[in-house]
Amino acid sequence: MAKVFEKTKMLTDTPLHYCPGCTHGIVHRLVAESIEELGLEDKAIGIAPVGCAVFAYDYFNCDMQEAAHGRAPAVATGIKRCLPDRLVFVYQGDGDLASIGMAETVHAAARGERITIIFINNSIYGMTGGQMAPTTLIGQKATTCQNGRDPAVNGYPIRVCELLATLDAPYYIERVSTHDVKHVLAAKKAIKKALRFQAEDRGYSFVEVLVSCPTNWHMNPVDALRFMAEETSKTFPLGVYRDKSAGME
Amino acid sequence: MSKILLHGTEAICEGAIRNGCRAFFGYPITPQNEVPEYMSANMPKIGGVFVQAESEVAAINMVYGAAGAGVRAMTSSSSPGVSLKQEGISYIACARIPCVIVNIMRAGPGLGGILPAQGDYFQATKGGGHGDYHLIVLAPSSVQEACDFTYLAFDLSDKYRVPAMILADGMIGQLMEPVELPPMRALSDIPKKEWATDGRFGEKRRVLNSLIIKPEELEPHVNEMQKTYEEIAKTEKRAEKYMTEDAEIVITAYGTVARICKSAANTLRKEGIKAGVIRPITLYPFPSEAYEEAAKGADAFLSVELSLGQMVEDVRLAVNGKKPVYFYGRTGGNVMDESEIVAAAKNALNKARAGK
Repeated sequence: MAKVFEKTKMLTDTPLHYCPGCTHGIVHRLVAESIEELGLEDKAIGIAPVGCAVFAYDYFNCDMQEAAHGRAPAVATGIKRCLPDRLVFVYQGDGDLASIGMAETVHAAARGERITIIFINNSIYGMTGGQMAPTTLIGQKATTCQNGRDPAVNGYPIRVCELLATLDAPYYIERVSTHDVKHVLAAKKAIKKALRFQAEDRGYSFVEVLVSCPTNWHMNPVDALRFMAEETSKTFPLGVYRDKSAGME
Repeated sequence: MSKILLHGTEAICEGAIRNGCRAFFGYPITPQNEVPEYMSANMPKIGGVFVQAESEVAAINMVYGAAGAGVRAMTSSSSPGVSLKQEGISYIACARIPCVIVNIMRAGPGLGGILPAQGDYFQATKGGGHGDYHLIVLAPSSVQEACDFTYLAFDLSDKYRVPAMILADGMIGQLMEPVELPPMRALSDIPKKEWATDGRFGEKRRVLNSLIIKPEELEPHVNEMQKTYEEIAKTEKRAEKYMTEDAEIVITAYGTVARICKSAANTLRKEGIKAGVIRPITLYPFPSEAYEEAAKGADAFLSVELSLGQMVEDVRLAVNGKKPVYFYGRTGGNVMDESEIVAAAKNALNKARAGK
């Protein structure tokens, strides 16, 4: 029989722990496939966050470090500065990256660390059971804002791509989504580009990926994808926020 | 070898550089700014890495990354900044990543003051961050030792995969003394770290992690760490004994305070009181045997500290009720002079003899 599909060797055979309908697993595959397709397996070192992706070190089939909550960009800085020829990628969720780790996020970007950050935005704290995130939408319910996020009490969601795009150093910043096949393919393209830019020593690259959380949004997986297409991407518009390669390729 | 005149902070940096430290991450705080300044100037000259981090928190996590990738890495700070690093130190201890952390102590608590103190003894020796762990803690009392102990700290930390701390008071940070520098060690001479995450794909990939979610796996892991501490306690305890053989009163202090105590012991001897000094060099593991031995002959012990009484607790544990243990301390950045120690020693001896 002809082989039509094979799992990337950059993922281990460990079963993923993610909830049914969550698109984290898709993003893992996109990152892993991209590294393999770029031929960078032997150079990759990954950093796992604290949050839903905390076990990422079990899934990516390369050397991995598990960082403290929010500190992954600092850990990545330490590795990349010492081993500049390796591919250092960071995988973080919204609580990790945009709340407790905002200082590390902004400063690694401002320094133009030659690392790639994959930022998973599902607008909720998943692992801890559905608390409000810095990216929770206005009106969206969470266990710590049970009547929906109220700007008067909880402030507004943080748009990280837009914020980082105010800095001079970042080379590439894009926001993508995983709510349908077309967008998953576009996400793959962005992730691969970001990793390639690092391998080519061009600079800091950042890809924000909108991901669904049916469990904590209290939706079925199909409705969750629809919610992303109709609601999440309104607050977090998809697109390229920085591409210093524009016109060069 | 000829000696050169060096600042305590420069001696720390040279001790690190000469034993293969090739990554330094720090954040400004008085009184240790000369360490990152020296490293920023000198790391690039030897192909090393210097990053001024956005915070103490980021700096210690950069150490986690760099040391985890197999490079000898160091950070330095002073008391409030070292408090900020505690989260990272706990993770580093659990992930068993060797590195060196320098604390040039200033007066606390809180923002406190910028003058010398020894108020971080508990934090340094009892864990500091959350969970069951220890650091190897070395306390220099001269600029020469600042260099030598930093050099040694890298070897001990690598050997046991336990982070090491140089616990120095603000005086070490500001002193200038003649130093004989150790020769520059070749990086090829430093044992390779098979566990380091320096980039490997597939079956033999490595993971550095402090999340051990299954209780049946976490307990053996912390037990293994504990076994390492016991091994360190067997082989690495260090203390200087000064005129303790016949001492009636044993004064004990670490760091620069021990130097004042030695002067006090000399003065007491001139007055006919047999005084001696025990100076712990490793604060963890605590050199308890030196006290057990001295307790056989001495009438009393006096712990002298720039704190309200921290090391004295370990002294009491070591003496174990065999003889009375007294305390004399100053805080707030004030340093006692020799006469205060002489008076405190006489007072201690009188109390002990009166059975108080």
